[in-house]
Amino acid sequence: MGSLTLPLIPMAGGGGYTPPSADDFIYDPILGTTWLNKVFLQSILALIIVMVLWFVLSRNLKVVPGKRQFFGEMLYDFIRNGVGRDMIGHDFRRYLPWLLAFFTFILVNNWFGQVFFVMLPTYSLVGYAYGSALLVWIIYITAGIRKHGLLKYLKLQTMPEGVPWFLYLMIIPLEVLSNFITRPITLALRLFANMFAGHLVIMVFVVGGGFLVTQADGLINNIGGGVSLIFSFAVFGLELFIGALQAYIFTVLAAQYIESSISEAH
Amino acid sequence: MEITGSINMIGYALATVGPALGIAWIFSSAITGIARQPEARGAMMSAVYIGFAVTEALAIIAIALAFAL
Repeated sequence: MGSLTLPLIPMAGGGGYTPPSADDFIYDPILGTTWLNKVFLQSILALIIVMVLWFVLSRNLKVVPGKRQFFGEMLYDFIRNGVGRDMIGHDFRRYLPWLLAFFTFILVNNWFGQVFFVMLPTYSLVGYAYGSALLVWIIYITAGIRKHGLLKYLKLQTMPEGVPWFLYLMIIPLEVLSNFITRPITLALRLFANMFAGHLVIMVFVVGGGFLVTQADGLINNIGGGVSLIFSFAVFGLELFIGALQAYIFTVLAAQYIESSISEAH
Repeated sequence: MEITGSINMIGYALATVGPALGIAWIFSSAITGIARQPEARGAMMSAVYIGFAVTEALAIIAIALAFAL
């Protein structure tokens, strides 16, 4: 498990300052396999955390809730009313468990960036974001086909009402591009880019500050490094907020895409 | 002093100006609308999120191209 910590002091091996870059997001496989690395392990850990969390929160429900049940109900209510009912409408109950589990999963994965021993948001690796967006893509297309049937679904998605027929040549490719290609890609890249950039900013402050404090000569440099390290706490706080916000936006947009798949009017 | 790196990032910074203004505009309109008619919040926010997603798509496509090209 030696590779479970970030190389926070990359210049420890001697030599000059190496600024954090995209190379710091590449993790070598561990335990003698070719596919199992730290990021994979932490996504499995997030899955276990989410399952245990909702198992614990949904046991022994009482009419007068205690603290544990109140917390669970608050989280459930937030997704049920704020995302499910507001975005999907009257047919939201079918998708609610998935939305809730997905929101919690992304939230835990994003907050891994600020947790000791993990220190990396899982979604700062683009493959995980693509996987999640692929799941959303499959679900909203399946939801639309189940509701309308294949042909009517394609017609609803690609031919908006009130468009004159001679514009179809232009509208249909645009709608196909926007509904089936741009949507999942932007969904994935929005989450990835936010997590990647946030983690890079943290690394710049912490690695740069650490270098200035320990390796650089001159009092001004050392003070600057100390200030940078202290300021990194504020950046950690910002990242906690961004992680929650991105998990919420991802869930809202997933619900939104489902809604536009199953609604009658485009 | 030698500076290395990709000048694509400057182009990306320029490309974010448009989506930034667009998203600011969308949410400022939404806040105004909700302040005028708070009970229409649900219906308003779904349109806001569609517009937000479409506008932010420009910035997201730009960051993909900034890394890829």
